[in-house]
Formats: sequence, structure tokens, C-alpha cells
Amino acid sequence: MRKYVYKRPEVFTDAITTYCGGCGHGIVNKLMAELIDEMGLQENGILVWPIGCSCLSDRYYDMDAYMALHGRAPAAATGIKRADPSKCVIVYQGDGDLVSEGMAEIMHAGIRGEKFTVIFINNAIYGMTGAQMAPTTLLGQTATTAPAPLGRIVDNSGYPVKMAEILAELPGVIYSERVTVNSPQRIIACKKALKKAIQLQLDGKGMSFVEVLSPCPTGWKMAPTKALDWIDDEMTKVYPLGVIKDASKEAE
Amino acid sequence: MKNVVEIDFNRCKECGYCIRFCPKGVLSKGEKVNKKGYYPPVVGDGCIACGTCARVCPDTAITVYKED
Ligand code: SF4
Ligand code: SF4
Ligand code: SF4
Repeated sequence: MRKYVYKRPEVFTDAITTYCGGCGHGIVNKLMAELIDEMGLQENGILVWPIGCSCLSDRYYDMDAYMALHGRAPAAATGIKRADPSKCVIVYQGDGDLVSEGMAEIMHAGIRGEKFTVIFINNAIYGMTGAQMAPTTLLGQTATTAPAPLGRIVDNSGYPVKMAEILAELPGVIYSERVTVNSPQRIIACKKALKKAIQLQLDGKGMSFVEVLSPCPTGWKMAPTKALDWIDDEMTKVYPLGVIKDASKEAE
Repeated sequence: MKNVVEIDFNRCKECGYCIRFCPKGVLSKGEKVNKKGYYPPVVGDGCIACGTCARVCPDTAITVYKED
């Protein structure tokens, strides 16, 4: 007899992802697939994908999906969720997509308190287009558009944007947490946060938002295991982990 | 009960996360190249079937099970 400790989630197709080795997108996509299986969302869920390295993700899951244009995922999701509130709508966006191209869409979806879940992948860079500076790039971090020796400097490009804190200020956002996936323990914590955020949507509360600090070994020009360390050494200092807001009780 | 770790050879992208986090040092760098040009890890002895390697694998390339 065979007893599985870990098995590829059912909702996954056989597709091999287009992500680079060690990319955090792969880990978060996998956690989503596990939760879709565990929470029974394959029939009733709709995934809304962005532009960026994850823009081919719809082919990894055997379920309904919508591919939104640059930054427009929360706008598209608004239409989907309002047309059929019984669907569990999960929006997935990277930092180039959510913070830069789609700042207006995410802010107004939060302002309106749209009742869907947003998973925000923050890797502090534009991955797909070739490691340009993003609004989330750290001060001093180098990118093709913020070259060494200075990297990103305030005089030119301002400060890194803390989306989990910004959205927590909005009454329509009932849950905001920042997690990461750079160790087994934190991957488990990330899954817990995603589960809570999805459950709040199923319970019909306001918008739930989870920011994931995610390794981009290619954009950061580091070996994957080094990228995991960089999250601890640099990223979490600018983007602290933890629950920033949980108003789910008050929203009863 | 036998503990088994299977790595889907052509799915692996050689990130090394499973090697780093295996608490028993079961996995090590491989020497055979796959379809995409990566060198998937090889599985040695001493696995306790904790599932950590599978949990951290970004490409869902690892399956862990116990077998009679
Ligand atoms: S460029 Fe970065 S974010 Fe994009 S797939 Fe590669 S590692 Fe992942
Ligand atoms: S299941 Fe645990 S002990 Fe076995 S190879 Fe994976 S990490 Fe190591
Ligand atoms: S974690 Fe997965 S992709 Fe990375 S080296 Fe191990 S088997 Fe390969």
C-alpha cells in the first residue's frame, strides 16, 4: 500500500511552467493549486491572471480563468464577481502589474471593497521584461534601469511602495497580510494566509489581500538559494512580514 | 514501510531548494542532464518522508510516499 506524503495537486495540468528555476511564482502557484483541491474550488473558482512572468499560468490549472491586460486584473475581477457573486474569484498580480501599471485599478477595487481575493507577488523587479526597476525595487538595489553603483536612488525614483500597508488603510479591505516563501516554515505560513484570504471571500466579506515576497533569481542575478537569503537580509527589512490588518471579526 | 522520494526528471529546474532544506541530507547534486538542460538532484538513503523537499519545490517535481 502507498501512503502519499506529498503528491502533485489534482487541479494542475501536466504543463511545465515557464518560470525560471527557483522562481517564487512556482511555489505560490503550487500553494494555490493545493488550496483549490482542499477547498473544492475547481468548479466554482475563477482565476484572474495578470501580465508578467505569470501570464501563461492559466494553462497550469484545469479550471476557469481570465487573462487580464496590464494591471487591469482587479477591474476584470470586479465584473466577474459582480456578475456572479457565487464564484470564488482569485486575482493574481505581480509588482510591475499591480503597483505600476495597475495602481488605479487595485486602489479603486479596494476603495469599492470588491469582495474578491488578491494575491500580490512582490519580487522588487520587473521579471519578464528583463529586470527593470519596479516601484517596489529597494533603495540601492540595482536593475537594468537603475544601474550600479547607485542602484535605485530617491532623487530619481522615490521610495519602495508598501502595498499591504497602503491597502490596509482602506475600509473596504478587510484583510491584509505580508508573507514570504523562502523557507519550508514560511511556505506553510503563506498557505495559511492564502487560505484565510480565500475563506473570507467565501464568507462574503470585503477584499482580502496577501502580499508575497517572492524570489526572482534571474532578475536579481543570484543563484536561487542566494535569492532566498536576500529576502531575509534585505527585503523583509523594507517589507516587514505579518498581518497588517484583520477586520474580519468586525465585518461579521 | 519504505520511504520513497521521486523526482520528475524533466520537470526539475535545478534550483537546489530541496537539497538545502532536506533535514537528513538525502538529496545531492545530480550529474545527468534533463531535456531542458538542468541537472536534477539524486536521491540517497535515509529519507524520513517528511515531505519538506516536495513542499519547497517550485516546479512541483517531487512526490513523497511511504510504501509497505
Ligand atoms: S524572471 Fe524572475 S519572476 Fe520571472 S520567471 Fe524568472 S525568476 Fe520568476
Ligand atoms: S522527504 Fe524529507 S527526508 Fe525525505 S528527501 Fe524529502 S526532505 Fe529529505
Ligand atoms: S526543488 Fe524541485 S526544481 Fe528545485 S532542484 Fe529540487 S526537484 Fe529540482
